[in-house]
Amino acid sequence: MDELINKRINEVLKGDQNAFEEVVTLFQHRLYQVCYRMLGNAQEAEDIAQEAFVRAYINIHTFDQKRKFSTWLFRIATNLCIDRIRKKKPDYYLDANVPGTDGLNMYSQIAASGELPEDEVERMELQERIHYEIGRLPDKYRSVIILRYIEELPLQEIGDILKLPLGTVKTRVHRGREALRKQIGNM
Amino acid sequence: MNTCPEQIVHYMHAYLDGDISRDEERLLKEHLDSCKECKEIMNGLTESIVFIGSAAKIKAPDSFVNGVMARLPKEKSQAGVQRWLRSHPFLAAAAMFLILMSATLFSSYGNDQQFAVTKQPNLVVEGQTVLVPAGEIVKGDIVVKNGTLRIEGEVDGNVTVIRGTKYMASTAIVTGKSEEIDKVFDWLWYKMKKTAKEVFSSSKGDMQDEE
Repeated sequence: MDELINKRINEVLKGDQNAFEEVVTLFQHRLYQVCYRMLGNAQEAEDIAQEAFVRAYINIHTFDQKRKFSTWLFRIATNLCIDRIRKKKPDYYLDANVPGTDGLNMYSQIAASGELPEDEVERMELQERIHYEIGRLPDKYRSVIILRYIEELPLQEIGDILKLPLGTVKTRVHRGREALRKQIGNM
Repeated sequence: MNTCPEQIVHYMHAYLDGDISRDEERLLKEHLDSCKECKEIMNGLTESIVFIGSAAKIKAPDSFVNGVMARLPKEKSQAGVQRWLRSHPFLAAAAMFLILMSATLFSSYGNDQQFAVTKQPNLVVEGQTVLVPAGEIVKGDIVVKNGTLRIEGEVDGNVTVIRGTKYMASTAIVTGKSEEIDKVFDWLWYKMKKTAKEVFSSSKGDMQDEE
């Protein structure tokens, strides 16, 4: 896998833009998923995940091929997500929807960090509820929980992606688990 | 729960992270068997992980890859140009020469708006009109720029009028070539011919500018 990726990267470095298409194809779902869970909605996830690939393409010459490409790519994407979350107004999507009345996409409209009345939360489908609870996590814990339990990455790799010491990653995972336990304790 | 050792919560997380020692794990199990509250916390944490872990895999939309490719900067064509330049150095140099040459020619075309005429002994110059008087013979070439040339006598040479008018009386005789140039391309061609002539043989045509 790494060998194939590095081969494609070398082709991109020589000016062959089409070689990058394979790289995008290989990582699109993982990157999109992380962005989607981080940001909470599909439009922004698509925009940011695509932007992450564009940044990766532009800065491909700075990638050290001895390292893991996915780690480097995830770092670009999580940084973009964190920037976007910071810029976003907290109530940006709240007026746009009432979950349960929107039959198009069960979790397309749930805002990250948006709080909902308890009875509505109880009526949610499982997947909708999972997405909602992830979105309710504080940003710091959300990123590590997504990388740990949705991407199923080892703690060390999460540290490499977020540029955090292993100890800090562990602390955040612990607090994230605590937060989740308290959030869903009344299920 | 107040009586529970603080270590127990650490053990729980160490256990969930998979980096707990055998001794610690034994202590944790013993404690959880005896403490209902801690057991509940442990179950809550495990359930949270299972809960998040059961999230459906999300896939990028079908248009995703094309969307990325469309957003990439157009570096491919630039790379193509560079590659072409590298493999055709001579053509590149020739193209560069032509570009610079034409730039010089065009800039001189724009600036060259003054009236000018070749100096010949028996030409009569009145304002912007140059006259070859009747009965006179001008020996040599005549070039008139931005003016009128009236030929009543005889010219023993070539006559060229650039962006001007030429009148030939019935008595006029021109032994050489006679041409009028007023379009940019004619003028360019003329200029190139002239440059070539100057390069290959020294020309004697003296140009005199008149304010």
